[in-house]
Amino acid sequence: MSLEKGKKELVLKKTPIPEQDPAVRARNFDEVALGYTEELAVQEANRCLSCKNEPCVKGCPVQVPIPQFIAKIKEKDFAGAIRTIKTKNLLPAVCGRVCPQENQCEKNCVMAKKGEPVGIGRLERFAADWEMAHGVEVPEVAPPTGKKVAIIGSGPAGLTAAADLAKLGHKVTIFEALHVPGGVLMYGIPEFRLPKRIVQQEIDNLRKMGVEIIVNAVVGKSITVDELMEQEGFDAVFIGTGAGLPYFLGIPGENLNGVYSANEFLTRTNLMKGYLFPEYATPIKVGKRAAILGAGNVAMDAARTAKRLGAEEVYIVYRRSREEMPARLEEIHHAEEEGIKFQLLTNPIRLLGNEQGWVTAMECLRYELGEPDASGRRSPVPIEGSNFIMEVDTVVVAIGQGPNPLVPRTTKGLETNRKGNIMASEETGATSKPGVYAGGDVVTGAATVIKAMGAGRVAATAIHEYLMNK
Amino acid sequence: MYRILRKQALSENIKLMEIEAPLVARNAKAGQFIILRVDEKGERIPLTIADFNKEKGTITIIFAEVGYTTQKLGCLNEGDAVLDFVGPLGHESEIDNFGHVVCIGGGVGIAPMFPITRELYKAGNRVTSIIGARCKDLLFWEEEMRAVSQTLHVTTDDGSYGRHGFVTQVLQEMIDQGEKIDLVYAIGPLPMMRAVAEVTRPYGIKTIVSLNSIMVDGTGMCGACRVTVGGETKFTCVDGPEFDGHLVDFAEQMRRAQIFKDEEARARAAGSCGGGCGCH
Ligand SMILES: Cc1cc2nc3c(=O)[nH]c(=O)nc-3n(C[C@H](O)[C@H](O)[C@H](O)COP(=O)(O)OP(=O)(O)OC[C@H]3O[C@@H](n4cnc5c(N)ncnc54)[C@H](O)[C@@H]3O)c2cc1C
Ligand SMILES: Cc1cc2nc3c(=O)[nH]c(=O)nc-3n(C[C@H](O)[C@H](O)[C@H](O)COP(=O)(O)OP(=O)(O)OC[C@H]3O[C@@H](n4cnc5c(N)ncnc54)[C@H](O)[C@@H]3O)c2cc1C
Ligand code: SF4
Ligand code: SF4
Ligand code: FES
Repeated sequence: MSLEKGKKELVLKKTPIPEQDPAVRARNFDEVALGYTEELAVQEANRCLSCKNEPCVKGCPVQVPIPQFIAKIKEKDFAGAIRTIKTKNLLPAVCGRVCPQENQCEKNCVMAKKGEPVGIGRLERFAADWEMAHGVEVPEVAPPTGKKVAIIGSGPAGLTAAADLAKLGHKVTIFEALHVPGGVLMYGIPEFRLPKRIVQQEIDNLRKMGVEIIVNAVVGKSITVDELMEQEGFDAVFIGTGAGLPYFLGIPGENLNGVYSANEFLTRTNLMKGYLFPEYATPIKVGKRAAILGAGNVAMDAARTAKRLGAEEVYIVYRRSREEMPARLEEIHHAEEEGIKFQLLTNPIRLLGNEQGWVTAMECLRYELGEPDASGRRSPVPIEGSNFIMEVDTVVVAIGQGPNPLVPRTTKGLETNRKGNIMASEETGATSKPGVYAGGDVVTGAATVIKAMGAGRVAATAIHEYLMNK
Repeated sequence: MYRILRKQALSENIKLMEIEAPLVARNAKAGQFIILRVDEKGERIPLTIADFNKEKGTITIIFAEVGYTTQKLGCLNEGDAVLDFVGPLGHESEIDNFGHVVCIGGGVGIAPMFPITRELYKAGNRVTSIIGARCKDLLFWEEEMRAVSQTLHVTTDDGSYGRHGFVTQVLQEMIDQGEKIDLVYAIGPLPMMRAVAEVTRPYGIKTIVSLNSIMVDGTGMCGACRVTVGGETKFTCVDGPEFDGHLVDFAEQMRRAQIFKDEEARARAAGSCGGGCGCH
């Protein structure tokens, strides 16, 4: 489809991105979207109108210079494109793949008014992958300042803060509780959406910049923030411990065998490579009929993972309607293509089990949408007497996560809010404790990769200022 | 990498290892545990801190070779290393002068019982210890336990050493003889801890058990280790591992221990390097 407008022809549809066939990919863990070739990238870049007022940039939480990097792709200056992106975004290979573009950059794209927006995310991913294939430039590091900064947690917030501070010449040490750095990018988001080698490469780059990463270090247990500052000589601390504490529904039967939190389900599969059991020693078990409770990115990932692990029927069970589902559009679409079924306006009130203690069914209620609630979404109202039984042998609870209390509980003078999130300034990341900064999901509650990255960057700037004036 | 400085066979399939892990040793306390991973393809498994040395920066673990990972670990020797070793995890034991404390260790549970017993002894309690195993070959640390107890009883299920019978029989007799007991600590297999809790329940003797739930991260992130205590869901790794034995839903814990039974059997078939003593 195309439409005449002056001399330039407007192409209303996004250039499709080559993907694995749904029937094939629903049984493997390889990446679903294969990425643009150089030709396809240039073709898509040519759809961009290079708008002077840059509406797309306003939708990006870190203000990637979108028209500028796309212009470089048009000229086939791919090295220039990635350099342009990296002035603002440290993890483009990740963000290009997982940003909810339809709510951010692409939402504001003028092309979206007539047809589909420019595939900004896909182009960003293309440029980043191009760089990885051609050798990544390790950023220059300023001469040592003699200051030491500890970063707690190695998710996107911590990685970004570490990179920015290392560039400025500070000695940066990351403390990570798990045996692998990367946070949710490593343990949560599955291989088929974000290949782990990509995250690994970003981490290798950090090491090349002189950042030290200590894994197997649970701050609050192995060592406390106060010990880091008082005994180990760290001049400042950044806390980016994420939102890793899984919520459960609190309904009867939730501890039955076969009921997992999404975190356990995804960690066993991704971090521990349970899908390669028994070659890898960590088991993961799915039955024939799996129900995933929730409809965010985490739920979609769990549903598609369950399918890949061999479940025949996989249901997304969600108490609101399709409109309110918080997952990225692309993931919902991918899930549907892979045969995931949506059981909407439905919520379980009780899980039922057999004598051996395995889950066999859920008693559910049907819902209808009522008035909008505080979040602006129409709130779900249960329909009385609509109880019905859904037979399932695997249940994954994906209704959200809160902040882990280990660090706040063991750090003197660190204030948290009612939900347990660390209180930190939006402009600087400063907490109630001098020299201690925080950002990412531990401050905002579960959000997005790019927001966590942005928070890491903001805090790094403030930490630098703090250190240089100290 | 975390180097194995010392390895000792306590019985045919119970091994002790002293491992170099300064970041764990620095804050280690009695009652806490570690999680280790032998190699790149390995599972993360929790093991109690049986002893620690802050000066040397070492942690001692004692484990029974019951399945794939513990067997693989048992194949390693002094000078070898494990890939990952994280801790100390969980809460430390609450040590105080309670009066007369009975410390019960069953099987490999004698290992985690030891440092707690030692701390209770140092805190001025009168300590009666009861240790038990299926047979003589599986018993270890009798002398270590004796050194930190006023009285020590030993039982074996098959009568091959000490008293013939279960640790609970000794406990029941003490109660029947009218001994005043202020606190009971029990660590061992789930059925043993449940049996101890059932013995003390009618008399309202406070009983603490240390649960060995299935775990992944050990930091409160996955919920694999959940357990119902007094009607509430708790995470063993961050809320425990010690709980009031009278409040623990043992039936649920025993069911949950079976979640990966089939997979464990498959993995076990895949690799091992040693035998057993034949009595179990
Ligand atoms: C399954 C899943 C899918 C998602 N999909 C998307 C998506 O498609 N798009 C998107 O934008 N966002 C997505 N998100 C959300 C996004 O991943 C998070 O918002 C983001 O990772 C938050 O970054 P962070 O740096 O704050 O924390 P995290 O990524 O959570 O990292 C925190 C790190 O801190 C470590 N840590 C915690 N406590 C301690 C401690 N005491 N000591 C040392 N280390 C500690 C943790 O082990 C972890 O490695 C998804 C999340 C999940 C779980
Ligand atoms: C806090 C804690 C402290 C522990 N301390 C000790 C100790 O000091 N010495 C010791 O010998 N054992 C201890 N255990 C138990 C030990 O973790 C298991 O024996 C070990 O994980 C078995 O792994 P495997 O692959 O060799 O056997 P598997 O074949 O995996 O399992 C054999 C048995 O161990 C249980 N098990 C399997 N995986 C786990 C897991 N991740 N966590 C707990 N149990 C599991 C199974 O239910 C089964 O009964 C402890 C467990 C916990 C939770
Ligand atoms: S970082 Fe995310 S929001 Fe910003 S331009 Fe890239 S894909 Fe869009
Ligand atoms: S709004 Fe769309 S068309 Fe305009 S510059 Fe941005 S990406 Fe290009
Ligand atoms: S082991 Fe994961 S929460 Fe306890």
